[in-house]
Amino acid sequence: MDSDEDERTLLPLSQRPEWSDVTPVPQNDGPNPVVPIAYSEEFAEVMGYFRAVYLADERSLRALHLTTEAIQFNAGNYTVWQFRRLILEALNADLHEELEFVEQLASKNSKNYQLWHHRRWVAEKLGTEAASRELEFTKNIFVNDAKNYHAWSHRQWVLQNLGGWEDELAYCNELLEDDIFNNSAWNQRYFVITRHPGLGGIEATIDSELDYTIKSILIKPENESPWRYLRGLHKNNVQSFVTNPKISTLCLNVLTSKANPVFALSLLLDLISKGFEPNQDLKNAIEVVVPESNSQDSDISVTICTVLEIIDQMRVNYWRWRKKNLHPQVAEGVANLHIH
Amino acid sequence: MGELAAEKHAKYILTVEKKKDDIESVLMEHLRINGAYWGLTTLDILGKLAAVDQETIISWVMSCQHESGGFGGNEGHDPHLLYTLSAIQILALFNKIDALDAEKVSTYISTLQNEDGSFSGDKWGEIDTRFSYVAICSLALLKQLDKINVEKAVKYIISCKNLDGGFGCTPGAESHAGQIFCCIGALAITGCLHYVDKDLLGWWLCERQVKSGGLNGRPEKLPDVCYSWWVLSSLIMIDRVHWIDKQKLVDFILDCQDKENGGISDRPDDAVDVFHTYFGVAGLSLLEYPGLKAIDPAYALPVDVIDRIFLH
Repeated sequence: MDSDEDERTLLPLSQRPEWSDVTPVPQNDGPNPVVPIAYSEEFAEVMGYFRAVYLADERSLRALHLTTEAIQFNAGNYTVWQFRRLILEALNADLHEELEFVEQLASKNSKNYQLWHHRRWVAEKLGTEAASRELEFTKNIFVNDAKNYHAWSHRQWVLQNLGGWEDELAYCNELLEDDIFNNSAWNQRYFVITRHPGLGGIEATIDSELDYTIKSILIKPENESPWRYLRGLHKNNVQSFVTNPKISTLCLNVLTSKANPVFALSLLLDLISKGFEPNQDLKNAIEVVVPESNSQDSDISVTICTVLEIIDQMRVNYWRWRKKNLHPQVAEGVANLHIH
Repeated sequence: MGELAAEKHAKYILTVEKKKDDIESVLMEHLRINGAYWGLTTLDILGKLAAVDQETIISWVMSCQHESGGFGGNEGHDPHLLYTLSAIQILALFNKIDALDAEKVSTYISTLQNEDGSFSGDKWGEIDTRFSYVAICSLALLKQLDKINVEKAVKYIISCKNLDGGFGCTPGAESHAGQIFCCIGALAITGCLHYVDKDLLGWWLCERQVKSGGLNGRPEKLPDVCYSWWVLSSLIMIDRVHWIDKQKLVDFILDCQDKENGGISDRPDDAVDVFHTYFGVAGLSLLEYPGLKAIDPAYALPVDVIDRIFLH
């Protein structure tokens, strides 16, 4: 934007008096050397001067400004970022300004590893006072890309190392209201309920989380994330998973609606394999998913697999495998029978 | 039906290798060694590695090495694990791993392991399961795995396992196909796949296949050719690749080609680049597309290169 253009209408480095004592070092690109005319002369010049100060290990203010220009041309060059850090340390620079610098670059470089690592380095030096600004920074990134993996990684690091958990679950709610399909936000829910020092862990939150999840599923039953989240909530509590009527009711509701039944069927399959016994309503609902298919079997889980083979054809081999492995205990038991 | 424009892709890579003067190439000069690995491995899979000047490339790779033993992304760049692996892989392609002082390189790598078993990318301390994979793969190729604490390294990777069976960049981070490849690859190389719930992960991975036949990297994201590698190689390593529709994936990758000018892009009709060309061709190799050399899913190098290293 404007500030970028201002930078680039500055005098060439070779004409700036403060750089008159430095000889730029050209690029050595190994095999087939560079033909300099074809790429931006300004960029080439900035990099030439950068190489000079880098090789001379000059950790000065003018070198810092040079790294600013070099990074603005190419934010991917990790060697420039690293040298910048050495300069910042040598100058004992004000790191709040550094946060500003990163923020200016962030919108155009939001998936750049070097930028995020630099930000983390600065935040770590600033410590807990930086917590709210860091959370705000990631929030702003999420406005344009709510699934940005780097930003989520940074946010998790901030929470665990600098604090700021208080509003995190509420923030997840906000994000899911914007986009209920946001898998990163679902992952963050789990992160919060298991690691927030003040929430009491899954045991304390499972009831409210289950209600939330069920509501979300009913809004968009074809959404993969809440179904997985539901399983995750019960990872260490299979009993509750199998016996909680809310879960089987959920499956029945989805199956009797016009929604995509794939995830409901697959959840039912998992429930049955853990000992759940579906009632007649559920069995009826399953059997009409593909009524013309002749899928009925006396074993309802076989029926479910057959239906899934038809309606989720891309994964037909997976569902065939599930069908073959429906009763591992039985298979094992038969194998262990002693025939006298 | 589609067909692989193998000649065009080989030509595209050879052209990119020579065109160092245009802006895209210059903007990537700091990771040239990654680019060289992608390009050269693709050429080898296509049976065209002999078209390059081996001597010049090897001497350039060696010029990227530092006193510490680590390699930078190009001459004049700081050492980092990522570029160290690419250097080793490139030398492996040319059967010149012995050009390295294995002791020196592995010592550099071992200094980057942390107390908790994780690895930093370099002295600046960024931690990510990508670096666990890179360290383990590098050391395995150098036959120096005993230089690190493998048990702790594995323990750290397992701590990044999520409820869905997948893995993230750090403990608690969202499961992501790229990170999953790194963790599964590292566990495969160290003989620790028994820690993986293969059925659960296999299901998560096969759910990455979307209607178009392509693969995404996380739920509700767009498909991208690079996931043809990361998801596919992971499925192969855990013996569950038959859970996706292989033909549909082949068709998707072929659709991402630029059959006029060569090269493969992230999804149909986008601009091509070497990165996606490599992952597209490597993915097709894993899918046993005819005419391609087999590639090892864990080491991401042709099988004959791996056999040469380990079956000596």
